[in-house]
Amino acid sequence: MTRKSRRLWLACACLIGLGSATALTLSAFSSNIVFFMAPSQIRAKPPAPDRTVRLGGMVVAGSVRRQTVGDTPVALFDVTDGQAAVTVRYEGILPDLFREGQSVVAIGTASPDGAFRASEVLAKHDETYMPKEVAEALRRSGKWDPRYGKAPDAASWDTMTVRNARKDAAGPQQQHGS
Amino acid sequence: MNATHSLVARTGTFFHRYANPGRFLRLGARLQPWLTWPALMLSVTGIIWGLFFSPADWQQGDSVRIMYVHVPAAWLASSGYAGLAVCSLLSLVWRHPLADLAAVEIGPVGAAITAVCLATGSLWGKPMWGTWWVWDARLTSVLVLFFLYLGHIALIRAFDEPQRGYRAAAILGLAGAIDLPIIKFSVQWWNTLHQPDSITLTGAPTMSTAMLWPLLVCTLGFTLGFAAIVVARLRAAVMESRIRAALSARRGRGGTVAGDAHGRDVPDGAVA
Repeated sequence: MTRKSRRLWLACACLIGLGSATALTLSAFSSNIVFFMAPSQIRAKPPAPDRTVRLGGMVVAGSVRRQTVGDTPVALFDVTDGQAAVTVRYEGILPDLFREGQSVVAIGTASPDGAFRASEVLAKHDETYMPKEVAEALRRSGKWDPRYGKAPDAASWDTMTVRNARKDAAGPQQQHGS
Repeated sequence: MNATHSLVARTGTFFHRYANPGRFLRLGARLQPWLTWPALMLSVTGIIWGLFFSPADWQQGDSVRIMYVHVPAAWLASSGYAGLAVCSLLSLVWRHPLADLAAVEIGPVGAAITAVCLATGSLWGKPMWGTWWVWDARLTSVLVLFFLYLGHIALIRAFDEPQRGYRAAAILGLAGAIDLPIIKFSVQWWNTLHQPDSITLTGAPTMSTAMLWPLLVCTLGFTLGFAAIVVARLRAAVMESRIRAALSARRGRGGTVAGDAHGRDVPDGAVA
C-alpha cells in the first residue's frame, strides 16, 4: 500500500467515523431539532403548562374568529394536522400570509384543558409557487380552494400562462383544458 | 488492494497534470472569457427577467422575486463548499499544490455568497413568515456552513508556514462536508419553518414554468460567475506565487533576473 492510498483510506475512515457520530447525535436530539409539534402530538402528550412549545399545522377553514379586546385584535382559530385540532388564541397582528388553509406555527403554552395561548404566530410557506392569475383561474374553475388544502399537482397548472389564466378568469364557462 | 492502488494512482496522475502552474495558467487564460462573459450575460438576463417579466406569486406578491437571488446563492453556498471539500481531499491525500491555492481562493467567495443567501432569506422571512430569523434545522445548518467558511478562511491564513495552514484547513474543510447532507435533507428529516425543495431530481417542480425559467437562467449565470471569480483569483494566486519565487531567487543571486519564464512575469515596478 502506498502512502497515498493509506492517506486516502485514513481520510475515508475519519469521514465515516465523524459522519456516524454526527448521525447518532442528530438522531438522539431529533425531538429537540424539530421546529414544531403537531396538534395530535400535543393532544397525546400535553406539555407542562409553563413550558413554551411550538405548534404547527393548518388553519381549519371557517374556524377563524376575530375580536377586539380594548385596542388589541384577538384571533381565535383551530390548527389541525388532519388527526386532531387545537384551538389557538393569539393577541396581536397576524403575518400577511395568515389565512384559512395556510400552515402556521404558533409559539406559546398549552393549558391542561387543551386551549393554546400563542405569544407569536408565524406563517409557513409551502413549496408551491404559482402566479396570481393562475391561482385565480383554478379557484374560479373549482379545481382548487386554497382554504381546504394544498394546491393540486403542479403538472396540471405549471405550464398555464398568465394570459391563458386571464382568459379563463374572463370567461369561466370556457374551462382550461390541460 | 491492487485495484484501489491503481485507482488512487490514476486519480493522482489526472489531477497532477494540472499541478504544473504553467499548464494551469494557459488553461485558465483560455477558460476565463468563456466563464466571465456568459456569466454576466446570463445573470443580467435572469435578474431582469425575474424582477420585471415574471409573474407575481398569488400569496407572496412581488416578494417572490427575492427567490431569483436567494435560490442561486443557496445552491452556490453548498456547491462551493463541496468544491472546497474536494480541494481538501486532493490536498490531504495527493498533496496537490494547486488544490491548496484553490482552497485559499474558494473560501472568501463562498463565504460571501452564503452571506447573500442568509441576508436575502432574512429579508424574505420578515414579511412572509413574520420573523427575520428562526432556529429551525435548515436556517441553523446554513449558518453553521457560513461559520465553517469563516473558520476555513481564518485557519488557512493563520500560520507563518503556509503548508501547515493548508494541512489544518484541509482537515477542517473535509470534516465540514458533513454539514452538506444535513443542509440538503434538513427540510425532509425534521419539520422546519423553511419550505421543502420545489425543484427535485425525482419529481416535477412545484413551480410555475413562468417562474422556473428565469430562476434556472439566474442559477446558471451565478454559477458561471462563481467559477469565473474563483478561476480569476486562482490565476492571480499562481502568478503571485511565481513572482514571489522569482523575487526570492533574484535576491538569492544578488539582483540578477531568475530565468526568462519568470522574468517575463515580473514587471519592474512590482519589485518595490
